Amino acid sequence: METQTIKNKETDQIVTERISGSEAIVRSLIAEGVKVLYGYPGGAIMPVYDELYKYQDKIHHVLTRHEQGATHSAQGYARISGEVGVAIATSGPGATNLITGIADAQIDSTPMICITGQVPSHLLGSDAFQETDIVGISSPVTKWNCQVTKASQIPEAIAKAFFIAKSGRPGPVLVDITKDAQFEEFDFSYQKCTKVRSYVPVPKTVSGTLEAAAKLINGAKKPMIIWGQGVVLSEAEEAFKALVEKSGIPAAWTILGASALPTSHRLNVGMLGMHGNYAPNKLTNECDVLIAIGMRFDDRVTGDLTKYAKQAKVIHFEIDPSEIDKNVKTDVAVLGDAKATLTAILPLINENTHTAWHQEFKDLYAIEYEKIIKDDLYPTKEGLTMGEVIHQINVHSNGDAAIVTDVGQHQMIACRYAEFNKTKSNITSGGLGTMGFGLPAAIGAKMAAPEREVVSISGDGGYQMTIQELGTIFQQKAAVKVVVLNNDFLGMVRQWQQLFFDKRYASTEMINPNFVAIAEGYYLKARKVTKREDLAAAVKEMMESKEAYFLEVCVEKEGNVFPMVPSGASVSDIRLS
Amino acid sequence: MSTEKQLFTISVYTENNIGLLNRISAIFQRRHINIESLNTSPSEIEGVSKFTIVVNMTDENMKKIIGQIEKQVEVIKAYYHKDEDTIYQESCIFKMQSDLLFEERQIQNIIKDSNARIVTVNKSFFVIEKSGRKEEVDLIYKELKPFGILQFTRSGRVSVSKQPMEISQMLTAFN
Repeated sequence: METQTIKNKETDQIVTERISGSEAIVRSLIAEGVKVLYGYPGGAIMPVYDELYKYQDKIHHVLTRHEQGATHSAQGYARISGEVGVAIATSGPGATNLITGIADAQIDSTPMICITGQVPSHLLGSDAFQETDIVGISSPVTKWNCQVTKASQIPEAIAKAFFIAKSGRPGPVLVDITKDAQFEEFDFSYQKCTKVRSYVPVPKTVSGTLEAAAKLINGAKKPMIIWGQGVVLSEAEEAFKALVEKSGIPAAWTILGASALPTSHRLNVGMLGMHGNYAPNKLTNECDVLIAIGMRFDDRVTGDLTKYAKQAKVIHFEIDPSEIDKNVKTDVAVLGDAKATLTAILPLINENTHTAWHQEFKDLYAIEYEKIIKDDLYPTKEGLTMGEVIHQINVHSNGDAAIVTDVGQHQMIACRYAEFNKTKSNITSGGLGTMGFGLPAAIGAKMAAPEREVVSISGDGGYQMTIQELGTIFQQKAAVKVVVLNNDFLGMVRQWQQLFFDKRYASTEMINPNFVAIAEGYYLKARKVTKREDLAAAVKEMMESKEAYFLEVCVEKEGNVFPMVPSGASVSDIRLS
Repeated sequence: MSTEKQLFTISVYTENNIGLLNRISAIFQRRHINIESLNTSPSEIEGVSKFTIVVNMTDENMKKIIGQIEKQVEVIKAYYHKDEDTIYQESCIFKMQSDLLFEERQIQNIIKDSNARIVTVNKSFFVIEKSGRKEEVDLIYKELKPFGILQFTRSGRVSVSKQPMEISQMLTAFN
């Protein structure tokens, strides 16, 4: 690529070019292969926007309607593509508006780079207009961050940012660049970063741990696999599937791990955690060996830790050493990248079927199906369920769509019932639970994978937190399918109020606007469904649309999500009603 | 595993970068852990800084905190030691009124008995310095207090471990 460091063949000298810091920023991004970035201009970042204008044939800037939207779009871009998402903003409020997205990317291990403009270096600390200590503010929620005050530091800072964001356990990185550094001219050359002293992206697998893990797995009578996003992040899906199939071990997922193994796979036994499936939650406390792969034992997965898998030997495949023994004591920790460790352990694993053990999962599934799933997906009572909407989306997308969800009841229902044939198809805010994530994340996902069908599913609450991004959809002609499951409530909080606060519905009822009119105000095709007989046709019309499409479905106002492990309870105490 | 809290001395070898102190202190702050003492200084390796942090916590939490510290990109390595596994010192200085030095014979005895030293004396005040273990510093403070201390400052703990901390080899491996 022309912007990368060019070595003169005769002299072996690095060829440099005298350019401004702001041009260096844009050319560094291009050199890293960035094709799309999301952002919002402002005073302290204007020199960079001026360069983006010049380089618009090489790099496409997407003007979101709020900086938070830019981060979530960058996250959606990263999650569906595995590449680093990039967001850019000005100093002060522009920078602070990025924080929610950065915190979300940190807790969900999403590779993202945020570039912020900063007041000129001579004004640092003077409470200048739009000055804020964004490096200080973002420190606890970034994998790494730095402030650049000289143009000559820019290429190295950006190269390091990309390396750190993407390698090992990915995460967000923020680079804050003062305005004088953007104007300053210097001799530019670009070299990608391949290592940082003091930073070990992937820890070495401790000798003997693979053998010890294999011995436990081969000797197990009732083994269970629980996997998370680590399988997706390391692109270990094939190795993972091979392990599951050879060992015949039932495998359950965290919401960020969903779609790494197709939903229809016979050994996929469903979702873990608070609103996960009945069988994998119950049987976590019955298995004899628990094999955790690329997951971090979040409290929403484990419930009460003092009553979690105490009977089981625990094996933990993990890239981040600080996760070992953090929440659950492990018997064998297999450090390393999941693709490498899963590939290495496969030859050591005996073939098995575990038929009787698998039957226990099937029996519990049958109970859950009768008590919950049947009525969620094929309801006979009046009032649309969220589950039947997801079912229709499955039918009309053949399970090939990427489902981008917001946070709340609809998220749990979508994750429970969406059918995933392909990996990287479930994009959601898991760890942080960021309402407003869904719509902008879907924009990023669609732009990263235009060939894929991307369906954004939100509730009426979260949708209104970033509803302004409809403007981005319109301006970018991003063919996102936008579904709002409207129950006129902040449904998940209302459910808790019903179950644990004697139905005192404090500030959870929403008096909503005309969502169709708003979508139409942004020139989107829009439709509202209130009756069951109209649902299938509406979903079909939406999925067949070549353009963006808004579909509001008015669902049962006081529907609840079950099963449920009440907060602080054991996974064994999962409730079906 | 001990669930009782005890004092640990943490030694963190790091790159010398702006903002890292913020990241390290945030690890404790976020978990509501009070830092008893904190010292930053150059280390035995050129260009490598060393944080020496004293905290009171359980052995199990200590291990988790070390994991969180090492997770920071610019941290090279973190170690933790119990008091008996380190040689450590703290330093303190006292500013006192000069006339006390001549009127109160006992002060001179305190200085002599505690192996402290007088750093400077002028017409209005004199300064005593004492280095030692925490208990020794506590003791001289207690003894001088009745005479009236104008100013008192105590340093963070500095410490070396009895076992080697092999940073140089680690840095060679990084490169």
